[in-house]
Amino acid sequence: MATSFKDRNLIAVIGDEDSITGLLLAGVGHINEHQKKNFLVVEEGKTQVSEIESAFEEFTQRKDVAILLINQHIAEKIRPTVDKYQQAFPALLEIPSKDHPYDPSKDSVLKRVQKLFGD
Amino acid sequence: MSGAGARENVFATRMALTNTKLRLKGAQTGHSLLAKKRDALTTRFRAILKKVDEAKRKMGRVMQLASFSMAEVTYATGDIAYLVQEQAKQATFRVKAKQENVSGVVLPAFEVDRVAGSDFNLTGLSRGGQQVLKAKEVYAKAIETLVELASLQTAFTILDEVIRATNRRVNAIEHIVIPRLENTIKYIISELDEMDREEFFRLKKVQGKKKRDTAARNAAQALEGERAQTPADDDGAELRSADLLSSKDEDVIF
Repeated sequence: MATSFKDRNLIAVIGDEDSITGLLLAGVGHINEHQKKNFLVVEEGKTQVSEIESAFEEFTQRKDVAILLINQHIAEKIRPTVDKYQQAFPALLEIPSKDHPYDPSKDSVLKRVQKLFGD
Repeated sequence: MSGAGARENVFATRMALTNTKLRLKGAQTGHSLLAKKRDALTTRFRAILKKVDEAKRKMGRVMQLASFSMAEVTYATGDIAYLVQEQAKQATFRVKAKQENVSGVVLPAFEVDRVAGSDFNLTGLSRGGQQVLKAKEVYAKAIETLVELASLQTAFTILDEVIRATNRRVNAIEHIVIPRLENTIKYIISELDEMDREEFFRLKKVQGKKKRDTAARNAAQALEGERAQTPADDDGAELRSADLLSSKDEDVIF
């Protein structure tokens, strides 16, 4: 695990169109030699949950992704997968979107924290 | 508890006793050291926790700002989503990981790393170039906050695991290793005492037997001496002295 994060330097995103546009504008987008993107645009009603799940799996398995950003309302769709995620890398971060402001009670990491504070 | 009464299988010797005592001392020192490490890590953990909470709320606000600037762009320029997606080739916004040592635990920290790349030529954007640039800046700031958050979060997860592992070790030493060693010591001491008692008992028996033997021999000698005295006194004396020399005590080595 010690060497693996030296090569990780990308930020992957799973989000709705607005969030993706903004982040890509800043320069986060990347296409590697296999034509694989490091972002997934999720469209309300069009993108399947299975597609979101497989993208999540793919991004977490990739060795060059350091941080994975995901909109909170999309994380809700794959909540069980997200809650099971225990790896230190890539770091999973739930971000709010334009229509869904940040809700701390739904964040998987904060939920774990609450559990810990219980004991 | 299943461990109660468990002890190591050793021969009950004094050397084994000293060895086990040393090991017990080592285990106790190890236990206190690990407990200290665990407490230090827990304090650090709680500090990070508070920071994570703060950072998450800050992020919420920052992202709101970014969304607003994005809305401005859309208002001025129209939808640029497709354009931006098509233009993504090499990421100009990357992160570098560096290691930090936090009370003995190696934690990774992320740093924002802007590399020169195929930055947008903003081709195809006819109006609102200024808004687009501004939105870019706002989002860049937002991502910096996110990167900080990510660092904190990874530190948090790793610390969590390490604290759990240390806690397990502390409990293992406290509930299994130390009682085992104490039981071993008790067993060895009791065995040694038992052996001493046996030795003592054996000695007493032998002494008793020797006393009886000497008493019997003395009686026999006295009887013979009487019979020998009637023929001649000199002979009797010789016999008696000869007897003294010939009667050898087993304890006398020389």
